[in-house]
Amino acid sequence: MSDLTALTIAEIRDGLAGGKFSAVELTRAFLTAMDKARALNAYIVETPEKALAMAAESDRRIAAGTTRRLEGVPLGIKDLFCTEGVHTQAASHILDAFKPTYESTVTANLWADGAVMLGKLNMDEFAMGSSNETSYYGPVINPWRSLGSNAALVPGGSSGGSAAAVAAHLCAGATGTDTGGSIRQPAAFTGIIGMKPTYGRCSRWGIVAFASSLDQAGPLARTVRDAAILLRSMASADPKDTTSAELPVPDYEAAVGRGVKGLTIGIPKEYRVDGMPPEAEALWEAGKGWLAAAGARIVDISLPHTKYALPAYYIVAPAEASSNLARYDGVRYGLRLPGDDVIAMYENTRSAGFGKEVKRRVLVGTYVLSAGYYDAYYLRAQKVRTLIKRDFETVFASGVDAILTPATPTAAFGVEAMALASPIEMYLNDVFTVTVNMAGLPGIAVPAGLTGDGLPVGLQLIGKPFDEETLFAGAQTIEDAAGRFSPEPWWSP
Amino acid sequence: MSVDKDTVKRVARLARIAVSDEEAEALRGDLNAILGFVEQLNEVDVTGVEPMTAVVPMKMKQRDDVVTDGGIADDIVVNAPAAEGTLFQVPKVIE
Repeated sequence: MSDLTALTIAEIRDGLAGGKFSAVELTRAFLTAMDKARALNAYIVETPEKALAMAAESDRRIAAGTTRRLEGVPLGIKDLFCTEGVHTQAASHILDAFKPTYESTVTANLWADGAVMLGKLNMDEFAMGSSNETSYYGPVINPWRSLGSNAALVPGGSSGGSAAAVAAHLCAGATGTDTGGSIRQPAAFTGIIGMKPTYGRCSRWGIVAFASSLDQAGPLARTVRDAAILLRSMASADPKDTTSAELPVPDYEAAVGRGVKGLTIGIPKEYRVDGMPPEAEALWEAGKGWLAAAGARIVDISLPHTKYALPAYYIVAPAEASSNLARYDGVRYGLRLPGDDVIAMYENTRSAGFGKEVKRRVLVGTYVLSAGYYDAYYLRAQKVRTLIKRDFETVFASGVDAILTPATPTAAFGVEAMALASPIEMYLNDVFTVTVNMAGLPGIAVPAGLTGDGLPVGLQLIGKPFDEETLFAGAQTIEDAAGRFSPEPWWSP
Repeated sequence: MSVDKDTVKRVARLARIAVSDEEAEALRGDLNAILGFVEQLNEVDVTGVEPMTAVVPMKMKQRDDVVTDGGIADDIVVNAPAAEGTLFQVPKVIE
C-alpha cells in the first residue's frame, strides 16, 4: 500500500490543493493497488483509461483555479449504478454485455463534482445477499482475516466489493446501495463507515432496481468525515425520481464535528439477541459510554415490533423484486437463450440468467403476490411495516434524537460457511439493519473495535428522517473514541 | 402454509423461469423455509392498521405535460440481443 492510497478524502482535497501530488499521480497509485489486489475480486471491471482522463481534467481544473468539491478523488462504483458506456450488470449474468447509454443521477452528481471513476465494484447479484457470494463474478474476499488464520472471510453484502475496496485502499471511497442492510453490514464486516441515508435523499434514477420502496444509495468510506463529504455530492432533489425528496442538501461535513452534547440517545432492548458474541455486547456498552462521556443522555427505549421487521421484509422485498425483475425477458437487453416460442425464450433466458438466490426471491415474490395470497402476505406485511415505523415515531416524539444499536449480530464469517445453511440463517445477518429500511430512516455503521479474533465489529446509529447530520456527529464521536481500523495488506505481493 | 412441488412449478411458470424437477425440489424446501419464517407475522394484531404506501410522506410529483425525451430509438435498441434497424426481434408470437 503506497502512502497516497492511505489518504482520506479530506487529506486528498488538501494535498491536491497544496500541490503535494497531482490527481493523475493519485489515480495511478490506486490503479497500481488495484492491480496487486486481484485476489480480493473487489472490482468486476477496471476503467483505467477513463480514470486517467478524468484525473488529467482534475489537474487542469486545479491549475486553472476552478476546483470542484470532489476534484480528483478516485472512487469505486457499485455495479448496480448505470455508468454510460461502462459495464453495468448488477453482477448478474442476465444483463450480459449491458452498457447503458445514460448515467445514473448519483454517479452523474459525483462526476459533476470532479470525482474520478476507477471501475465497477462486485456485489451480490441484484443486491440480493449478505455475503457477496451470489455474484455471477464470484465472491469478494474480505481484506480482514482472523488472527493466525489464512481462511478467506466474506466482506458482507450486498455492497461487498465496495466495502472490501474501501477497506483495502483500492479507492478513496465507494458508492453502495442499501435495501435491507447492504451498505451497513459490509461496512461493519470490513471496519469502515457505511451510511444509508433517508429514503428519497439520493435519487434512485439509473440504479438497477431491487425493491423500490426500500432501495437507497449511500457512501462507504474510511472516515465519518469522508462519508459526509461523499453524501453531500451524491444526494440531490431529482425530477427524474418521483420519490426523491424536494429538500436542499445540507453541508454534512459541517455537522461532523458538532458533537453529541445535550442529545438523547436511545438504547432499544429488542436489539439484544441470543448468540451475540460477547465482544459485540461489550462494544455496544462501550459505545454508550463514549456517547455519554461526550455529553449525550442515554435512555432505554423499546421498539416492540423489531422482531417482525425481517419477516415482513422477506415478503415486501421479494414481492417488489419479482415485479422489478420482470423486465429481464431477453428482448430489450442482456442475455437471450432460444426457445420454441416466445414464452420458452423468456423461461430459458431467465433460468440461465438468474442465479439461485435471485430465483428463490422472485419465486417467493411471485407466490405472495399471486391470486388469493395477496392479503395474507403482502397486505399484512405492509401493515406490520406501518407498526414498525410507528415504533420509531413514538420514540423520536418522546425526545430521542438517535438510536444506538449493534450493526450486525456477528463479525465476518467464512466464505462458503453458510453454503449448507437454510436461506433464513443468511437473512438473519440483517436483523439490526432491516428495520431502518422498513421505516425509511437514515442509519450509519461505524467501526467500534475488534473481536478477540481480530475482526472488526460495528455500531449503528439510527436517526430521524432527513437528520443525517446528527448521525454524522454521533458517528464522529464514536470514531474519535474507538479509533480507525485497517487490515494487514496480505493480498499485496 | 406450505407449498408442494407442483405449486413451485406453477409459480415458476408465472415468473417465467424454467425449472428442472431437481431445481423445483430444492426450491420447494427453500420456499417452505421462507414461508415458515414469515408466518410469525400472524402473531401481530393489525386490526385497524393502514398498510404502508410510502415511508416518507410526500406528494406525488407532477410535471408539465410536455415532451421531455425521445428521438433516441438507436440508443434504445443498442443493447438488444436481437434487433433489426430500430425494431426488437422476438420469436414468432402470432401464427
